[in-house]
Amino acid sequence: MKTYIENFKKYRFLLVELVKKGIKLKYRRSYLGILWTLLEPLLTMIVLTIVFGSMFGNPDPTFPVYILTGRLLYTFFSSATSGAMKSIRNNAGMIKKVYVPKYIYPLSSVLFNYIIFLLSLIVLVAVAVVLKVYPTIYLVQAVVPLVLILVTAFGVGMILSTMAVFFRDLEYLWSVALMLIMYASAIFYPAEKLLNKPGIYQFVLKCNPLYLLIHNFRQAVYGRPMNTHFLLASTVFAVFSVIIGLYFFYKKQDEFILHI
Amino acid sequence: MAKQKKEVLKVENVGMKFNLSQEKVDDLKDYVIKLLKRELQYNEFWALKNINFTLNKGDRLGILGLNGAGKSTLLKVIAGVLKATEGTVTTKGKIAPLLELGAGFDQQYTGRENIYLYGAVLGFSKKFLDEKYEEIVQFSELEKFIDVPVKNYSSGMKTRLGFSVATLVEPDILILDEVLSVGDAKFRKKSEKKIMNMFDKGVTVLFVSHSLEQVKRLCNKAILLEAGQIIASGTVEEVSKIYEEKTN
Repeated sequence: MKTYIENFKKYRFLLVELVKKGIKLKYRRSYLGILWTLLEPLLTMIVLTIVFGSMFGNPDPTFPVYILTGRLLYTFFSSATSGAMKSIRNNAGMIKKVYVPKYIYPLSSVLFNYIIFLLSLIVLVAVAVVLKVYPTIYLVQAVVPLVLILVTAFGVGMILSTMAVFFRDLEYLWSVALMLIMYASAIFYPAEKLLNKPGIYQFVLKCNPLYLLIHNFRQAVYGRPMNTHFLLASTVFAVFSVIIGLYFFYKKQDEFILHI
Repeated sequence: MAKQKKEVLKVENVGMKFNLSQEKVDDLKDYVIKLLKRELQYNEFWALKNINFTLNKGDRLGILGLNGAGKSTLLKVIAGVLKATEGTVTTKGKIAPLLELGAGFDQQYTGRENIYLYGAVLGFSKKFLDEKYEEIVQFSELEKFIDVPVKNYSSGMKTRLGFSVATLVEPDILILDEVLSVGDAKFRKKSEKKIMNMFDKGVTVLFVSHSLEQVKRLCNKAILLEAGQIIASGTVEEVSKIYEEKTN
């Protein structure tokens, strides 16, 4: 254990460099640069509000806040896990030449996406103020889902990055899976519509850890207490995904080089 | 006064096994089909077997062998990139692998950014790189192009930058894979001088080259690999004689 920590310390600077690289390269050569972290969620929010608010008639005046909370968390989860999945192959050049603890690659791509995500929360603050969703004491709770989603994304990212080394098809499969997760996360429709239906729909929603996190995040933003069942379930999922991810990764990492 | 011999590298019973599948299976569909049909067959292939040697501080070992003898695999095992299937490699001190310089650069990044990135990969700290930054730029002679993305560099420029970062600190073990032929004549002289300087300071060297001439000039010890096994080891003269007999 001690050697692990020492090794991590030695490569801390590399982690910082890789995180910086991710952020820098994401918007390099675009005119608006880092402003896109704010603009992109704002524009998608407007589109989704027009489609699902006006066209399909959702009367809730704070609906854009509802969409944005879901959309931001989902976008982070989606880009962090996809980034981590591809990180080993994208850094094959380095991995083949120099010894570096390999987990640093998926970890850095989850972290850089997280920083971009945290920045994009500024949009949420602005939209909430404009639509008069003011902060209450419950907002403090938001920290919990925000930490849990980071842990979950890292765990899932580790599992995916290990598997993707051996099976490239996973990259395509995962983008389909992400779409499914998106529709099952109640991002642009009221969750009650599914929760009030008996049977399979309710079950799918409640089994989706991302929805559980989004729900508790929304509760915090709207000034309501968290759902403790959801909290417990999403915590268990986060912890398990990290344990499985780390176990899997450490068991297989020596074989990576033979396949990339 | 007799020089104290310090062991810096010990390779014990190292073996490296590869599973060569008869057909390449890297998608899930193929894998499942083949698994169900029980068609997944691997040919075991030992790229290295029973490799034993130790190097003391200041030893310069030439590794000879024909193509496919396992030279590069051995270097990769020692550098820690590949993990040996069996046996152990014990190293003391810092290893600098000069293998395919510049291959690890990010193409979108500028020269300046790549210095920090590559330096971090090699385990240097930010403070250290800040201090040495000017020296790196000067040695690579890329002052004018340092803020240009590396994708616009010529291959010679990339190697120069890679060499300048990788040789920043004096390592205890230097791994050379035919890199003495980097860049143009002028830079080659400069890089040879830098490496020779390290030699004088008593760095331990592992050197792979097909040029017997170079090996004789640079090394004092040698091993000869054939089909993953050491078939001769000793002083460079003895081993190169055997190698010459084999190749003629």
